[in-house]
Amino acid sequence: MADNTFALEVITPEKILFRDEAQFAVVPEITGELGVLKNHAPVLAALKTGVLRYTDTGGTVHKMAVNGGFMEVVYNEVKVLTETAERAEDIDVARAMAARDRAMQRLQARDDGVNVTRAEAALQRSISRLKAAGKYQQ
Amino acid sequence: MAGAGVRDFKRRIRSVKNTQQITKAMKMVAAAKLRRAQEKAEASRPYTESLKETLARLDSSATEERLPLLEVREEVRKVAYVVVTADKGLCGGYNTNIIRLASDTIAGDERNVETAIIAVGRKARDFFRKRSGLEAEFVALGDNISYTDAKEIVDYIINAYEIEEYDEVYLIYSKFINAIRQLPTVEKLLPVEPPASDEALADVSIKYIYEPDADAILLNLLPRYVGSQVYHALLEGKASEFGARMTAMGNATENAKEIIENLTLKMNKVRQAAITDEILDIVGGAEALNK
Repeated sequence: MADNTFALEVITPEKILFRDEAQFAVVPEITGELGVLKNHAPVLAALKTGVLRYTDTGGTVHKMAVNGGFMEVVYNEVKVLTETAERAEDIDVARAMAARDRAMQRLQARDDGVNVTRAEAALQRSISRLKAAGKYQQ
Repeated sequence: MAGAGVRDFKRRIRSVKNTQQITKAMKMVAAAKLRRAQEKAEASRPYTESLKETLARLDSSATEERLPLLEVREEVRKVAYVVVTADKGLCGGYNTNIIRLASDTIAGDERNVETAIIAVGRKARDFFRKRSGLEAEFVALGDNISYTDAKEIVDYIINAYEIEEYDEVYLIYSKFINAIRQLPTVEKLLPVEPPASDEALADVSIKYIYEPDADAILLNLLPRYVGSQVYHALLEGKASEFGARMTAMGNATENAKEIIENLTLKMNKVRQAAITDEILDIVGGAEALNK
């Protein structure tokens, strides 16, 4: 197939989650999305919780929710290091929705027992899951 | 009668055999779990290595403003020790060795500082609960350590460090060398000491573009680096625990075998003596009749 591909790896602390050849990848960099094509200059980027998407050799677009981390690009090897990542097809939409609602309630309540940073992080995670699964509405 | 002694031996042999079966089973279970723990440690390596490399590289590309997790505090008032032990015993000197190293390390600190203990595993908690300084405990993590377990511990530590509750944090755990050897180790966790960029990195003359900038990446990276260190320590600890248990239970099984052999020998002697007695009795009786 096309020789415009590069190796994409998603690595979590527990294992190498997956390896694939990609034509194009977009990662959620903390100041905005960052796209990578073949022969990209070496980059080290900090990621936020969000959606990673990539186009495989066959042209199919895959999505995945990532929970922050980094991306490193060197010589057509793209490594994404993240604490947790879930592929769109593995995401439990009902659970993500429940998590989002719970986090929103907590944020609205704002009493002393609520850890705001934690609730916000949970909200971000659930939203990124829903986005990756394509089930996100405002 | 003569049979009573033999019966006692039989009962004791049976009891030792039962114990032997248990220790044998425990040894086998530990061996299986050890393999799994080693596989996990292996699987975690790519992440840890990548983080280490990145950190070494970033630190050398010198950021101007120092980050709290990197900054060595001038005045150290309180030092925290994360002591990683098992929940259970029956694993030889595994727990004792770690706890001894922890006690020695604390006693050996000649600065006039307060000490806090963060116990991971029941054995460490039970030991330090009887003394002073136990400030947090993470027990019953189970045999299957997940990164989430490590993250909980790290969140606690980093939070306490950032609000300057702790000024230094050390990690005390057992390194897995092989099934027979485990090495209790002390490592400094906070402030983070960036790994020296070793020769493996020397050839990396790549000029990276930092997005958004090196500081932001470092800020993002440090907690994760600490996380991977703790996760790694938990996995090593588990592997060590199973290795130690395997060896201890192997020895116990051997000892049981020896005891059984000794008892069997003694039992046979007693039985033989009883038979001899009986024969003597009969012969004596017959002699008496003949007279």
